[in-house]
Amino acid sequence: MSLDQTPLQVITFTLDGREVTAAEGESIWQVAKRQGTDIPHLCWKDSPGYRADGNCRACMVEVEGERTLTASCVRQPSEGMVVNTANDRVSTNRRMVMELLAADMPARDTSPDPDAPFWTQADAAGLTEAPRFPSSRPGAGKDIPVDSIFHDASHPSIAVNLDACISCGLCERACRDVQVNDVIGMGGRGDHAMPVFDAADPMGLSSCVACGECVQACPTGALLEKTLLDETATQREVIPDCVEPSVCPFCGVGCQTEVSLKGNDIVKVDGRQGPANRGKLCVKGRFGMDYVMSDERLTKPLIRREDAPKNPHGHYTFADIPNLFREATWDEALEHAARGLTRVRETLGGKAIAGFGSAKGTNEEAYLFQKFIRQGFGTNNVDHCTRLCHASSVAALMEGVGSGAVSAPFTAADDSDCILLIGCRPEQNHPVAATYFKQAAKRGAKLIVMDPRRQGLMRHASHPVIFAPGRDVPMLNAMIHTIIEEGLTDEQYIQAHTDGFDALKEKVKDFSPEAMAEVCGVPAETLRDLARTYAKAERAIIFWGMGVSQHVHGTDNARCLIALSLITGQIGREGTGLHPLRGQNNVQGASDAGLIPMVFPNYRSVEDPDIRAEFEDAWGRSLDPERGLTVVEIMHEVAERRIRAMYVQGENPAMSDPDQAHARKALATLDHLVVQDIFFTETAWFADVILPASAQPEKPGTYTNSNRQVQVAMPVRVPPGEARQDWKLIAELALRCGHDWGYREIDEVYSEMAAHMPSLDNISWARLMREGAVTYPAVAENLPGENIIFTQGFPTKTGRAHLVPTDLVPPDEMPDAEFPMVLTTGRMLEHWHTGAMTRRATALDAQEPEPVVAMHPRDIGRMGLQRGAQVTVETRRGAITLTLRADRDVTQGMLFIPFCFVEAPANFLTNPQLDPFGKIPEFKYCAARISAADTATGIAAE
Amino acid sequence: MERRAHEVTKQRDPSLPKGRQIADSDVAEVRALLGGLPPRRDLLIEALHRIQDARGHISTTHIAALAEILRLAQVEVYEVASFYHHFDIVREGEAPPPPVTIRVSTGVSCEMAGAYDLIDELVAATDPNFVRVVAAPCIGQADGAPAAWIGKRIFRNATKDQLLRAIVQDNSTPDLPDYETFESYRANGGYTVLAKVLSAEITPEAAIETMSGAGLRGLGGAGFPAGRKWGFVRGYEGPRLMTVNGDEGEPGTFKDRYWMERHPHKMLEGAQIAARVVGCERIYIYMRDEYPTVLEILRREMVALEASDIPTIPMELRRGAGAYICGEESAMIESIEGKRGLPRHRPPYIAQVGLFGRPTLNHNIETLLWVPEILEKGADWFAAQGWNENHSGLRSFSVSGRVKEPGVKLAPAGIPLQRLIDDYCGGMADGHTLKAFLPGGASGGIFPASMADTPMDFGQWEPHGGFIGSHAVVILSQADSVRAAVLNTMRFFRHESCGQCTPCRQGTAKMVQMLEMGSAERALYDDLLMVMGDSSICGLGQAAGNCVKHLMRYFPEEFSQ
Repeated sequence: MSLDQTPLQVITFTLDGREVTAAEGESIWQVAKRQGTDIPHLCWKDSPGYRADGNCRACMVEVEGERTLTASCVRQPSEGMVVNTANDRVSTNRRMVMELLAADMPARDTSPDPDAPFWTQADAAGLTEAPRFPSSRPGAGKDIPVDSIFHDASHPSIAVNLDACISCGLCERACRDVQVNDVIGMGGRGDHAMPVFDAADPMGLSSCVACGECVQACPTGALLEKTLLDETATQREVIPDCVEPSVCPFCGVGCQTEVSLKGNDIVKVDGRQGPANRGKLCVKGRFGMDYVMSDERLTKPLIRREDAPKNPHGHYTFADIPNLFREATWDEALEHAARGLTRVRETLGGKAIAGFGSAKGTNEEAYLFQKFIRQGFGTNNVDHCTRLCHASSVAALMEGVGSGAVSAPFTAADDSDCILLIGCRPEQNHPVAATYFKQAAKRGAKLIVMDPRRQGLMRHASHPVIFAPGRDVPMLNAMIHTIIEEGLTDEQYIQAHTDGFDALKEKVKDFSPEAMAEVCGVPAETLRDLARTYAKAERAIIFWGMGVSQHVHGTDNARCLIALSLITGQIGREGTGLHPLRGQNNVQGASDAGLIPMVFPNYRSVEDPDIRAEFEDAWGRSLDPERGLTVVEIMHEVAERRIRAMYVQGENPAMSDPDQAHARKALATLDHLVVQDIFFTETAWFADVILPASAQPEKPGTYTNSNRQVQVAMPVRVPPGEARQDWKLIAELALRCGHDWGYREIDEVYSEMAAHMPSLDNISWARLMREGAVTYPAVAENLPGENIIFTQGFPTKTGRAHLVPTDLVPPDEMPDAEFPMVLTTGRMLEHWHTGAMTRRATALDAQEPEPVVAMHPRDIGRMGLQRGAQVTVETRRGAITLTLRADRDVTQGMLFIPFCFVEAPANFLTNPQLDPFGKIPEFKYCAARISAADTATGIAAE
Repeated sequence: MERRAHEVTKQRDPSLPKGRQIADSDVAEVRALLGGLPPRRDLLIEALHRIQDARGHISTTHIAALAEILRLAQVEVYEVASFYHHFDIVREGEAPPPPVTIRVSTGVSCEMAGAYDLIDELVAATDPNFVRVVAAPCIGQADGAPAAWIGKRIFRNATKDQLLRAIVQDNSTPDLPDYETFESYRANGGYTVLAKVLSAEITPEAAIETMSGAGLRGLGGAGFPAGRKWGFVRGYEGPRLMTVNGDEGEPGTFKDRYWMERHPHKMLEGAQIAARVVGCERIYIYMRDEYPTVLEILRREMVALEASDIPTIPMELRRGAGAYICGEESAMIESIEGKRGLPRHRPPYIAQVGLFGRPTLNHNIETLLWVPEILEKGADWFAAQGWNENHSGLRSFSVSGRVKEPGVKLAPAGIPLQRLIDDYCGGMADGHTLKAFLPGGASGGIFPASMADTPMDFGQWEPHGGFIGSHAVVILSQADSVRAAVLNTMRFFRHESCGQCTPCRQGTAKMVQMLEMGSAERALYDDLLMVMGDSSICGLGQAAGNCVKHLMRYFPEEFSQ
């Protein structure tokens, strides 16, 4: 019997003379609210994840027979209790509490936030007069002195004005309980008790990750967005005109947001109660939205000047645009864009054309984009950056369980008692998802964190495991070996739901923990403990990221994880499953919508004649019967001049593709390149036509997050200048290439797409508009979608999952005497993907403004380097120069470079060698060397 | 609050990750300082002590390194370290405190005996680079006022010259008195009652019945009947734990120290018996840091007991770190768990959900030390020790102030104050006449001489807005200012408020300010006293205003002066 079926004990008690009932666990405050009585409150935040603390004493009520009053937020009623929420004693006490706090506050008008709950609650508690008590705070009763010792404006995004602090600890609970970032605490004691960051450090120098949960929670404005304050960062200056619902444009978590606007400017973002985020956000979603207001937004259609040849070695900025491009009318630009494509179609055929769509756009855009390429040019050469992220995971999942989607949401961690994270750093890349893992660990669930680098999550882990880079398969196979050898398999499950077990069993015989320990760098006994912990858990779930997928053996890595879950039956139930954490806000949706060269929407093979016939009927032309080329293959064909024209919407292969010098050279050779974007990206440097498009808050459509939750967002602001909606631009190009689609509104696109996608059955546009988010699959229009899938077998031909044994494949390029270090690449918290958006977000760029290579301080010392100095990192493909960062999280012998910095693009260095199944490059491993830079700055590529 | 100056937007160092970074060598240093201490969160305060003891301070680097070792966030270590006043946190670039710290007790009795003059003299006579003079809350030596504390040594009836001589000595080990060791206690018949409990000659039911019949009440101050408490805790499902509250911080109280410096095994035997009867799996003894002598005695005697042939329930000694609030039982439990000492909300009571979430039996030291004797001599014997038939048992009164012979006075419960002074303390000090008295430390209120015939027992002072609490009796004479004594108590409560709830945190601070300003606005005081009394989370805030209330009621001329 699950928890929600347990009959709840009901308590009957008297509230203000009326007999009422409370459910078990309900507080007096909550019952009163249900009964229509709003009891004043400050330290209690009526929001999921916030526990009552009962410290402010604004919500006092009287319980008859008790000597003192009691805090209604924290007190639960008991049978027969008689509670008074409104009598003289109670109201006087509440008013006094407010007066005591107000005595130390700055004057309301000049306080950081005159609209803060503190003031409205003080009104509600009847505090009408000026406070009578003396105060020792310099700013009490007036404005905050600019030199106040309680003022801390050191953080780029958040102003701290503890002159307005009431020590209620909501910021601490926000930081510790809700986000589990563990930066804020209450330092000191007595009337010195105040929130502190780390060891009472300035916020801007602390380990604060600026999720801003404290700002959202603070009831006084003592912690507030700097964007709302005047230049002294003490007084409120900006009052938004309106607040609109939206969805975060950054990672695959899919947080729902509430965007405050002043005119056309986004001035503040809060978390909304979405299914994935439950009110939470991270630094990017909350403080990174000003990229849409960037001066560098493209506002006019641009056509390359005839006197500006494409230079593969060039390096440009926004200011260079007039030297390379001329402004054009929309008609001219669209015509030029379409003509370039049709010319290649007519002379060389459709297969000489390729398109990169975007995992940042909407589902509707993704659907239209692949339709445009397939219908317009008769080719399947359409792909997007999923190829660079989870293509190998999807390949393994499709092969093993018949579906590339996650089997359970990351919120399933709530129900899990063993959570295995491998090759992912969710605190940086999926911060809000990470909160669920940390909360689970705090509640006592086993948390296994496997990574070649140390990471913050390991502090919360019951099993922190640092293993040798690229040695996932031996480590995971050793776990599988142990599980089989020690009889920890779920025989019934294997029999009922899988095939291929015998082959797997045979293969892993060679992978005993004792034999693998040295290979993967994890002691045999630890490997056995890990295997037992995972297998014996009642409910275990696996999450993974690019550390698993971005290898030449990425598919094998994922196969091992799938095998682990299948042989132990840790899938298809609450709190169990497989979840590749999606990197981009709509990488799941874009893949679902068919932005993949092998498949039509819903992963339906282009090679299957029946399926193809369906789309040929729908789209009114014959379609390409062969798989198209993938991202890296396309770049290769471009270099070989077999692909001559490209349409790139919102992607940035000049930054994201491996072996970038090669990629950029290829892009420069194209006869025709149409780039549709909001910024002058590195890819746009090579464009023939640039179409200024809309940012996420400016366009309508749906997005599918990592959890299979389809969420709708409508425009909250208008695009700048002449910039246009992406979906309309795709349709316009289609029209000029001979296909009049005739859509009037975006819902028509959604409906057409959904008609081809059984996964979207019962999720109508009307339902999305009504509910905001629906998880697929949904069995009926009026039933919630299914969070957990594979409960009754698998969507394969046999209905059974397929176990695939794996071999030991070493990384493609091992360190040697010449290149002795292992280079791995990835993201950092503040910067997302290639940095096109986040480098243009003021607060984010202020946090991480320059390219760095991270290295263990012992290695730095050993090699005679200096942290902070410029160093050159070199591989067989190129060299870049950047700042050396000392980071004890980086294992000795390794280097880590984030790939978001145009000044020192990590992908000049990476190895383009592909996984044979997923066609994903090995971004996570190549051999490199490091030395002090000869010159101070500059890209040293080639 | 001590914070660093105004901050403007700072560019963090791009050559390092966010936040304070430490080196492997910093971690190694702290690891070495911890010795064999297991890296457990509940031992955080003990870990901080080891750093403070060895280095004389705790640097922010130590904090970060300790956090890494304990797998805590820096703030989790910092907030605990900054809560307890015996830890000196030193930031990067700051000078550590001077090598010698003299803590001069400034409790009511010590202030009356000239503690602040002593502080001034010491400051004038010492080099601030070498000696730091700290005005400390009551250190439990009020019968030797003024008292001071250096390292592990206590100085009673302290003088400037005595202390100046002391600062050049080695004060790193306590002076041990001649006390009853394990061997002598056993030779004197000790642990025979425990043996009877172990052999079931005294059954748990019988023990509880005897305790209830004896009328022994919790002598930490709350006065809850001990026998009933045993019954409650025993009724909750195990595993159960036991705590011994040795955080004797109520100003003017020193009886627990008195007994522990003489007969430590009485308490230990009582604790072992209570834990057996109630079925507790482990005993945590929380002793205030101000009692280095007791801590050393306990360290030795617990080892001696556990090494003997007597079957014992495991015991663990925990050391406070300068926080009166940790004498509040739920705050003490938080402290034992390695956290800031914030009292918990009730319900649930600790008997049901206490230490580490387990049902917990908590007793004061004096309560426990009566247990063997009561079980041996019977309920009636103890009950009959009271002043008359309305009062049960004996009480250890800590008497200080203007009496001829201050000290711990073992006297019948319910004795009128005047008889306590006359019969047990040799009368008032020469030249002094009784003007006012505090019957129960700083929180029990202050009463005029006219009430000296009121019985000194639980329940007698409550009708007058006070209580007897820990039986810490401070005697004031015509030479003393009641107002000054009241301000002393209020400053103490402001200093010791945990800061959790508004009425106490704000109320104690405002009350001090108002008294210091000489405000006599009765309505303002009345409102403040009401909200502190009605709406504070724990007894500290609820009782903090008692003395002010009595100043207004019984000493109006001093209130409005």
